[in-house]
Parts: sequence; structure tokens; C-alpha cells
Amino acid sequence: MNPLLLLILIPALTMAGIMLAGDVKQARVISAVGMSAQLLFSFVLLYWFYQLRQSGNTDEMVFVSTTVWYPSLNIQLKFGIDGISMSMIMLTSIVTFAGVFVSWQVEYLTKEFFISLILLATGVFGFFISLDLFTMFLFYEVAVIPMYLLIGIWGSGPKEYSAMKLTLMLMGGSALLLVGLLGIYFNSAANGGPLTFDLMQIAKNGLPREAQMFFFPFTFIGFGILGALFPFHTWSPDGHASAPTAVSMLHAGVLMKLGGYGCFRVAMYLMPEAAHAMAWFFIILTTVSVVYGAFGAIWQKDLKYINAYSSVSHCGLVLFALLMMNETATTGALLQMISHGLMTALFFALIGMIYGRTHTRMIDEMGGLMKVIPFVSVLYVFAGLASLGLPGLSGFVAEMTIFVGSFQNVDTFHRVATIVACSSIVITAVYILRVVGILLLGPVRNNHYLELKDAMWFEKLGGVTLLVSIMIIGIAPLWLSNLLREPLAAMLNQLTN
Amino acid sequence: MDFSFTILILALPLFSFALLGLTSKSLKADLAGYAGTTSLLVITVLSYLAAWRYFGGGDAEAGFGTTIAMNYLWLNFTDTLQIHIGILLDSLSIMMLVVITTVSLMVHIYSLGYMKGEKGFQRYYAFLSLFTFSMLGLVVATNIFQMYIFWELVGVSSYLLIGFYYERPSAVAASKKAFIVTRFADLGFLIGILMLSFSTGTFDFDALTSPTGPVISQPAGSLFMGLSVTTWAMLFIFMGGAGKSAMFPLHIWLPDAMEGPTPVSALIHAATMVVAGVYLVARLFPIYAMSAPEALDVISYIGSFTSLFAAVIACTQLDIKRVLAYSTLSQIGYMMVALGVSGYGGEAGLGYMASLFHLFTHAFFKALLFLGAGSVIHAVHSNMMTDMGGLRKYMPVTHVTFLIACLTIAGLPPLSGFFSKDEILVAAFEHNKIIFAVQWLVAGITAFYMFRLYFNIFWNRTPEYHHAPHESPVTMTLPLSFLAVASVFAGFVPFHELVTSDGKAFETSFHVLVALPSIAVALVGIGLAYIMYFKQNERPTKLAASISGIYTAAFHKFYIDEIYIFITKGIIFQFISRPVAWFDRHIVDGTMNLIGNTTVAASVVIRRLQSGKVQLYIWFFASGVLLLTLYMLLQ
Repeated sequence: MNPLLLLILIPALTMAGIMLAGDVKQARVISAVGMSAQLLFSFVLLYWFYQLRQSGNTDEMVFVSTTVWYPSLNIQLKFGIDGISMSMIMLTSIVTFAGVFVSWQVEYLTKEFFISLILLATGVFGFFISLDLFTMFLFYEVAVIPMYLLIGIWGSGPKEYSAMKLTLMLMGGSALLLVGLLGIYFNSAANGGPLTFDLMQIAKNGLPREAQMFFFPFTFIGFGILGALFPFHTWSPDGHASAPTAVSMLHAGVLMKLGGYGCFRVAMYLMPEAAHAMAWFFIILTTVSVVYGAFGAIWQKDLKYINAYSSVSHCGLVLFALLMMNETATTGALLQMISHGLMTALFFALIGMIYGRTHTRMIDEMGGLMKVIPFVSVLYVFAGLASLGLPGLSGFVAEMTIFVGSFQNVDTFHRVATIVACSSIVITAVYILRVVGILLLGPVRNNHYLELKDAMWFEKLGGVTLLVSIMIIGIAPLWLSNLLREPLAAMLNQLTN
Repeated sequence: MDFSFTILILALPLFSFALLGLTSKSLKADLAGYAGTTSLLVITVLSYLAAWRYFGGGDAEAGFGTTIAMNYLWLNFTDTLQIHIGILLDSLSIMMLVVITTVSLMVHIYSLGYMKGEKGFQRYYAFLSLFTFSMLGLVVATNIFQMYIFWELVGVSSYLLIGFYYERPSAVAASKKAFIVTRFADLGFLIGILMLSFSTGTFDFDALTSPTGPVISQPAGSLFMGLSVTTWAMLFIFMGGAGKSAMFPLHIWLPDAMEGPTPVSALIHAATMVVAGVYLVARLFPIYAMSAPEALDVISYIGSFTSLFAAVIACTQLDIKRVLAYSTLSQIGYMMVALGVSGYGGEAGLGYMASLFHLFTHAFFKALLFLGAGSVIHAVHSNMMTDMGGLRKYMPVTHVTFLIACLTIAGLPPLSGFFSKDEILVAAFEHNKIIFAVQWLVAGITAFYMFRLYFNIFWNRTPEYHHAPHESPVTMTLPLSFLAVASVFAGFVPFHELVTSDGKAFETSFHVLVALPSIAVALVGIGLAYIMYFKQNERPTKLAASISGIYTAAFHKFYIDEIYIFITKGIIFQFISRPVAWFDRHIVDGTMNLIGNTTVAASVVIRRLQSGKVQLYIWFFASGVLLLTLYMLLQ
């Protein structure tokens, strides 16, 4: 059996276990055990991956297995990973692990909550290991649907509106995507042979230029919506604001990465000519995203809105760097995906902890939290510093790789775009320090807060897991950078020729 | 020669930071202080050992070389653009190691007394360790990106230490301001690095600054607005340096940074971090001197203006730490001027040597001034000189050491400040007479405001103290005494044989024509201060009234802060962020909602067709048939 299938099987078994669980406590423990096993298995997989590479295996994809699923349309269950998907799997399992622990205290419909949460994660895992466009799309939808339920049922505020908005906008993206994918499918045999959804096969065959020019925008925008591409990002602030903590974590931390991953692996990789021809337009959009999101964040008062806008800015940087289409910038984009995934998950976890205690997310209603809940506050400062790109934390590594990489494009247009994007490091510092100053420092403004309890063990576990991951990347980035870079040479070769 | 032991100089403070940070409150306060101080003592000894080995083993005539003690690959961007984390030892970095560890050690010892009983004592020492680590990493950087990394870390340690009293809103605001202003400057630094590294294909200082290397020997590339790409890159890089070194107009964060604990001001905002900009220019000096002379001119103008500007403001301030802060700006201006008027190699490099010489002596006497001020503040519990006076009787050690520091900064022989300032004036004299005149004048103003400070604290009227001020404990007076000795004798270090632009020794000569006027102007300054502030009298108020326009402007720091507030609050917040937020909610999101609402509205209309009423369907059917029949008939 393909070991990758375990990535789907473990969550499936966990869900079955939760269903059989007698009470809330058992459900929690089963989820925790399941996701710990998943995390552990990701490490094992990473080890196997390195072993394969060390033994001289230089295949583009490893652990490949193919099963024809629906012969008349040539749909296959084709799985396989390379360095990029490997690191995305690591990211997903870390964030899911932390998410389960942060949701420890969910009281309402606990079993259903954990099942939906893990189902969402399963969709993401499936997406990252799929090499068949149809299966990929299938898993993508598997991830989006539970999101609707999670926000609609366990959310807060105008949750029905937000859940509906988020789902509809993402579904709109899916619709565009479906058009794009079918377009790719029906042009996949331009040089003879059967039509196929097989990613690697399509890349090898190549698509005709006219088809690329027509279907690239559909695919890129379809995935781009998920990656919070300006101006299709507004589901993000509302959606996050209403979503329960773990859902925000998974969503911003992992699901939004599907967008960037898809933009690169499907849209750009399969349609390189169109990508080249249209890059300028999307570079403008993403440059706007980067700066616009950062400026938008300055004016917000709700913690989740601040983080949502900050995500628009940071995810804008991901697409921005991908469109630069050189090895360094692309490595930076992938690093940024992982870095942003971890730190934004940490942010949302902490916001959840703060909200759970103070019952507000408005920064001007709080103040001086450092004194009353130091553990949460210190983690928040760390997350903030990672977000504003402090060396030693992951954000710096990613951003610098992006900026240096983008600057390698010599023409004035790319240079100016890079410098504009660089300026976000200052604006980010402004809004992060503003929040830290108002929320955590200063005198305690509300006397009720003096009695707040600091983080519980499960919250500490979730938060520290994320922080440690951020620090490992920040302090020793070389291994990850090499892991991501390894498959890029071949892919970029495809893109630049 | 083996310098691999220098790795400990970086490892120890990092370890001590991790230890103190992780154990935090579970470690007893005293123990945390001793742990931090001990680790620093070891580092200091190691730095001295490195200096002794390096200068002892080299030959001044042939020039001191560069040693890479270690260099690890940290991240590779491309095949040539790679970040290494390593240790580069040359005369410049060794000198900085000595300065930083010495001052930091003094501050560590001093803080044992000054911060005693403060809440967060462990945190304080953890931050000090972090700062020391970052600063040391900065000066031993082997490549410009490593420098940038530690540059940012220094920035954040400064942020944490300025905001140490985090429950005090003014401290929070000051720390935020410091971070954001320097961050803005760092954006320039980053762009400069991008430009420089792209055109040269390397981050390594060795390759960048080698006079025979490709960067300098190759003719400058294309011009943009009359300046070469290299010049632009070097100007951007200087912007980063100007931010950290608080050069006009990026100086506004430094006076506010005095909100931090006083020993921190001594360490970070007087002796070490704020001279990082000087160090940066010195580190890249061959490029500035040979490929970007226009940038060097800019540096000298900015330095000169800042030194005059800050000196004038210092004459009017009442908060003693702010006087010292403006004094620091002014003195760093001197260092920048010296670099700006310098050439490369041999005697032409006099300015370079003078700048670093002044950096060296300034570190000691300015740290002494701050620690002395801290001792005074510790005794009277106020920063304002109006609350002080006559303290010489109560605090003899502080008084004597403070006086020595004042005489040193005023530039009287044979104290160290005289020698270093004199070299700067000589260098300026040979290069540009106007700059020389300005710096000469600033020397007089410096003497004036320092003695205004001195007389106001230790002489003048004695206010009624709530409880009699007392001399500080020995943990505080010991560092004061040590630094006083260093301030007196640091001038005798033969800098022109040790730290020069090309590493080779050269001869300096004594210029009577420069030395005598500078001594004279200092004496005039001291004399004026004596007349006005030695005893309580009406002269200061009268003088202030007679030049009230300038006085008020200087007292309000020439309204630069207000301009900044206008730009940040008025323009960025109100005119960019707020409209962006509004646009996003109402236009972008509005469009999305509009699409949704239109769909709903359309469905309301269409829904009527699917009402389920059979009569209605029959009616539709019948009218359809009728219409079709009519249509056919008419055809």
C-alpha cells in the first residue's frame, strides 16, 4: 500500500473513533491521539523522503501510486509527493495538531465539531498528495464544505451571514476553477493520446497556447480567491471573525495555502506561456494586495480583522513571489506559505484564548494583558515579531528570500513592484506594534481582567508547538529551503522554456 | 592564529538570554543578575584576549589583516548570494568588541544596584543578554546580510528595553516610535543591500570592500539622476545607518528612548547601538571612499548639521537624560563628519581613524555621563534638573566622575575627548573649512551645555529634598570610577597604529592651529556656563527671554516631532489607512454583497413563476398558445 494513503486513513479512523466515543472526554482524547499520530507519521514520512533522496532517487515525485478510478473519463487516484507537498503536509499536520488542542474546551456538539474539523484536514491532506486534477478538486471541495458547517454552527457574531459569504465566494472560486480544470482536461491531448487529468502527464504533453490563454485566468483566479487575491479577499475578514478558533487556524493556516499551491502547481506549471503573458497583470494585483492589506490592517479594531487583513498582505506576497518566476523568489513564496501558515495559526489560537477570557476582540476595550495573562501575551508578542519579519523567526527568512529573489528580475517594472512590496515591512511593524501596545502593554484598563487565568496546559501545548516550529525555521532555515528548492529547478525549467 | 574561541563571545550571551528568558521568575532575582554579569565578564575577558592576540600577533607597519574565525552557511538565495553566519575579526571589529563588552559589563554591574528590587529584574537581564548578543553579532558580521540580521535583532532588543516599564504608556509609545522609525530607515538599508548585492553578486564584506575587488575597481554602471547605481545603493545603506545612529531627520526616536531604564540608555543609546550607523559606514568605507564619494559628502553634511542642531537643542532641555541624548546625537554627528571628510589609505584616512577614535572615547565618557545621571536620578527620584542642585555634598563619587566626564566631552587636554575631537577637527580642516567652522563652534556649545548640566546638578541652589540624597551603592560607583579612569586615559591609545582605513599605521601630527582654538572655545563655553549657572541668578531667564523665538523653537526641538505626528497620524492613518478600510468594506465588499443581493432579488422575481398554482400555469400556457397562434397567423 502507498504510505501516503495513511495520511487519509489516520484521520478517517480518528473520525470513526470519535463517532463511537461515549462522551466528550473520549472524543477529545481520540482526536488528540489521532492527530498526534498524524503528526508523528508526517515526521516518519519526512524521514523516508530524505532516505529515498539520499539513496539517489531523483524522480520528480516519489511514493507514486496510480489506480484508475473512473475509466471512461480517465480519472485516476494518483498520489505522490515532492519536497513542496512534503513540507505542506508537515505544515498541515502541525496546524491540525495545535488546532485540536486549542479546541479542547469546545462544549457544544463536541463530537460533531471534531469530526468536521478533522474532515476538513483530511480534505487538505488529500489535496496535497493528489496528482490528478479531478481528485485534487474533489479533496478541495471536501475541505470547503465542513468549513460552512463549522462556521455556521460553532461560530460567533453574524455567523450565518459569514458562513454563507465565505462558502459562496469560495464556491464561486470553485466554479471558475472547474471551468479551468475542464478546459485543461479537454486540451490535454493536443498531441494525440487519451484525455487525462494527470498533472504530470499534462505537463509533459503541454497545452496549446490558445487554450492556455483562455483557461489560465479561470484557474489562477479560482485558486487565487482561496489565496485572498485582491479584490476577492473580503470573505476572509468576515469569515475569520465569525469562525471558531481552530477553524480560523486551519483556514488561514492551511486552507489558504491551497490557493497558492494550486496557483503554482496547476495554473502556472501547466500553462507557462499564459503565465508569462499575464504575469504583469497579476503582479500588479498582488502588489496592491500586499500594501493594501497592510494599510487596511492599521485601521482595524477587531483582533481577527487585523489578522485577516494582515493575511491578505502576507498571502499577497506569496502569489507575488510566485509570479516572479525565478528559483529564489519561488522558494521564498513557498517558505512564506509555511511561515504564514504557522504564525497566523498561532495568532488565531491566541486571539481565541484572549476572546475566551475577555469575551471581546476589540483592542480598545482591552489593555495591559501582559500583566494578567503573561504566557498568552508573550506568545502574542512572538507571533507579532514573526509577522513583522524579525530574524530568528520564520517570517524573516521567507520575506528576505522573496525580496532578494524578486530583485533578480532586472526590468524596472519588477524592481518597482519589489520595492513597493518591501515597504510593507514598515507598515506591518506599525500595525503589529500598535496592537501590542494597546492590547498587551500599558496599565490594565478593566479591573475584571485582574482575575483572568493564564493559558491552560492544552492551550500552552498548542501555542508552543506552533512557536517552536516558527523558531526552528527562523533559526535554521537551510534544510527547509533546500527541501522546497529541490523540485523547483525542474518545474521552473518548464515555466521558463 | 587560532581565534575559534571567539565563537563563545556570541554563544554565551545567547545562552544566557535563553536561560534567563526560559527560567524567568523561577530563578531568584539576584541569581539572574549574577548569572548575566558572570557570562558578560567571561565574554569581556575573551574579547580582550582576542584583541591582545590580534594586535599582538600582527605587524602595524605591514597592516593588520582580516581573519574569519568561523563562517557557517545559513541560507542560500542563489549560488552566489548566500548568507553566512560567521565571525570576522579585523582591527575595526576587535575595537568594537572591546568597547561593547567593556561598557556592557559596566552596565551589568551597575544595574545590580540600580535595578535592585525592580519588578522584572530577570527579564531585564535576559534582555540585556539579548542585546549584547545582537550587538556583538552585528560587529563581527562577515557579510552585509548577517549584519542586517543582527541589526534587526538589535532593534528589537532596543524596543524591549525602552519599553521595559511596559505599564507606563509613555514608555510603550517611545519604544514603538523607536522601532518604527528605525524600521523605516532599515527599509532603505534593505533596498540598498538588494541593489548592491545584485550589481556585485555577493554579500561578503571581504569581496565588497577589497580595493582590488570587482566592486571598487570596476567602473560604475549606469547613471540615475547623475549618480551611479553604487552611489545610490550606498546612500540607501546609509539611510539605515542614519536611522540607527539617529541622524537628522531620523533622530526623533532617540530622545524619547530615554524612557527606558537609565543603564540601558548608557549601553544602547549612548555607547553601542547608536554608533552602529558609524560602524556600518566604516565597515563599507572603501566603497564609499572609492566608488561613492558623493554619498560621503552627503554623510558629512548630515553629520555636521545634526551635530549643530542637536547641540543647540541640548542647551534648552531640562530633563538631564534628554540633554545627554541630544549630546549623543551631536557627538555621533562628529563621527559621521569625520567619516565624511576622510579619504582612503594612509594619512588621507585620518578622518576614518579619528571617527573610530571618537567612537571609542565617546563610548566611555558618554556611558559615564549616563550612569552618573542614573546615579543622580536614583538619589533624587526625578529626571528634571530643576529638582536638583548642590548635590556635590551628598554624592562625592558621582560628582567627581561626572565632572571628569564633562571635562572630557568638552575636549580639554589631556583627557581622551580632546585627542579624538582634535583629530576630527584636523581632518575637517583639511577637507572643508565650513564644516570645520561648524564643528569648532559645536565644540564650544558642547562645553556650554555640559557645564550647564553639571552646575545645575551639583552646584547652584540646593532645593529641599524630601529625604537627603545619598551616594549610590558600590555596585554603581565602581563602574563610574572605572569608566572615569577609562575616559581619562583612553586618549593615549595609539589609534593611528591600530585602527586605520587600510589597516596600516600612519603618523599623525599635532596641529597647534587647530588645537588651540578648540581649547579656547571650550573654555569660553565653560566660562559662560559658569556665569549663568554656577549660582542661582536671573541671567538664564533674561537670556531666554531676549532670544525667545529661537529659545522656544529649540525648547520644542524645532517642532520635528509635530511634523512627524502630522505625517503618521494625519496622513498615513487618516488619509491612507482609513480610506483603505472604508473602500474595502464599502466598495470591494459592497460589490460582493451587491452580487449576492442581486441574485437574491432576481430569485424573488423569478420565484413568482414557480408559484405552484395550477391556474397560473394554465394561464401561462393558454396565453402562450394564443400568442404563438397569432404570430403564425400574422406571418
